[in-house]
Amino acid sequence: MTDPVLSIRNLNIDYIGAEKDFHAVKDVSFDIAPGEFFGLAGESGCGKSTIAFAVSRLHRPPALIRKGSQILVGGRDVLALDDNELRRFRWREVAMVFQSAMNSLNPVLTIEAQFYDVLKAHTRISRAEARTRAAELLKLVDISPDRLSSYPHQCSGGMRQRIVIAICLALNPKLLIMDEPTTALDVVVQREILQRIDVFRKELGFSVLFITHDLGLMVQVSDRIGIMLEGELVEVNDAQTIYRTPQHAYTKRLWASMPKLHGEQIREGAKS
Amino acid sequence: MSDAILALDNVSKTFGRADKPVYAARSVSFGLHPGRTLALVGESGSGKTTAARLIMREYTPDEGQLLFRGKPLGKASAKALKAYRASVQMVFQDPFAALNPTHTIRYHLERPLRLHQPKLNSKERTAAIEELLTRVKLDPALLMPKYPHELSGGQRQRISIARALAVNPQVIVADEPTSMLDVSVRLGILNLLNDMKAQLGLALLYITHDIATARYVAEDIMVMYAGQIVEWGDTESVLTNPQHPYTRLLLSAVPDPDRRFSDTRFSEELNRIEFIRRQSALPRPETREVANNHFIRPMPE
Repeated sequence: MTDPVLSIRNLNIDYIGAEKDFHAVKDVSFDIAPGEFFGLAGESGCGKSTIAFAVSRLHRPPALIRKGSQILVGGRDVLALDDNELRRFRWREVAMVFQSAMNSLNPVLTIEAQFYDVLKAHTRISRAEARTRAAELLKLVDISPDRLSSYPHQCSGGMRQRIVIAICLALNPKLLIMDEPTTALDVVVQREILQRIDVFRKELGFSVLFITHDLGLMVQVSDRIGIMLEGELVEVNDAQTIYRTPQHAYTKRLWASMPKLHGEQIREGAKS
Repeated sequence: MSDAILALDNVSKTFGRADKPVYAARSVSFGLHPGRTLALVGESGSGKTTAARLIMREYTPDEGQLLFRGKPLGKASAKALKAYRASVQMVFQDPFAALNPTHTIRYHLERPLRLHQPKLNSKERTAAIEELLTRVKLDPALLMPKYPHELSGGQRQRISIARALAVNPQVIVADEPTSMLDVSVRLGILNLLNDMKAQLGLALLYITHDIATARYVAEDIMVMYAGQIVEWGDTESVLTNPQHPYTRLLLSAVPDPDRRFSDTRFSEELNRIEFIRRQSALPRPETREVANNHFIRPMPE
């Protein structure tokens, strides 16, 4: 088997509190293979976003990663990177699309300037070359290169989200982390964007860590899924097994509480 | 079917400038019946919430009228309008914003009782509050003195429902009541809405973008796009045998664990999104019955 792109071992994260620490992530271990679409699901407060932030070292106090935790990306120890290494590591190795990514663009810069920001910080690239590359990336997400001179407020929410994804792909990262990337979008736009990501990762070969509370969507798009409950990873399996023959009682309960779109309806009072 | 207690009759509402109109409601007609739930589904911006606001009289129709018990609301007296407000109640999307953070739960439920049942004395009011909380399956003694921030999202939504029930309404408009709640909490709220319908004979309008939950609570469903209801009728018939291209597009985009992305059965609609959107956004006055209690406004294929 090829080496995993992301390997997490015994990850423990606490939120330090005045009276008591909150153990947000409890001894979590999992791998993501090259080109794999991995879904991390769970309800609010289960620790899934905390893991995403830790992988890109974006966690801030009071979040504290405990000793003995290990996060490897392409074999490199992420937790041991110094500031310089970390700067090179972000965007190039791991890029992250945040929950409200459509609001993470700078409102006073044109789309072109925002591409240039990322490209110039990581590569020796001229303004003209950056412009060409940005136009290519926009075409990839089905946005006309005319938009390079637009400001974020001139683009729709779905468009802004696709622009953020294009910027994330600018340096060919090995791993794309998406934390609820489409929660604020319509189902039709959501479907378009995720379908596109699915095509890209097959063409470009990057892996995806996809975080959402929408289990149905996750089963549709992911290869493998991890289910989190109160900081613990309670079940990891391929997507179809998680759906058809879940092993953990919590996973079963989640499915039992989700109304179905077709076929036999779930029974009332499965859990109320 | 019994007569509609509340009906929209050819209601239109347009926003924006005259040269760039936004059609939030376009010749919308439907009726709400006691003991039944009607779901209104569509993507954001399709006009779902405008329909709710028209019913709540936050907006007045540009054209068409609202009928309450068969009588036009436009000519109603002040007294009749007060009765209307007590009869038609709303449950909002955001249970965090719908409650006042500076007041206790008791206060939230006491206020509508004071306004609409002024004859109750304080002992009777307390009893009524206890009954309301019990009805939404919360512990009255525990919850009454609490403030909204001390409650979970699901508990807050139950308070919103209890508040709506406080004035003995006949119609409840629930606008995305579960979209901000966790999966495991949603079902409890949906079951509660189903209980209210069955036990109190309420007429429910359930507004959502989550079609699976609409199927769980609603006998009838309407699909809205650009202010126009493009397909409506019996929920099972509409969802299993969608006839309008926009409904098929919406259904093909809805998350469904039974259909992998690689499954191309519905890709036809996804490949012509622009065409379907453009065509569905044009006024289509013609109505066609495609099956028993199942209608569409046909557009050119």
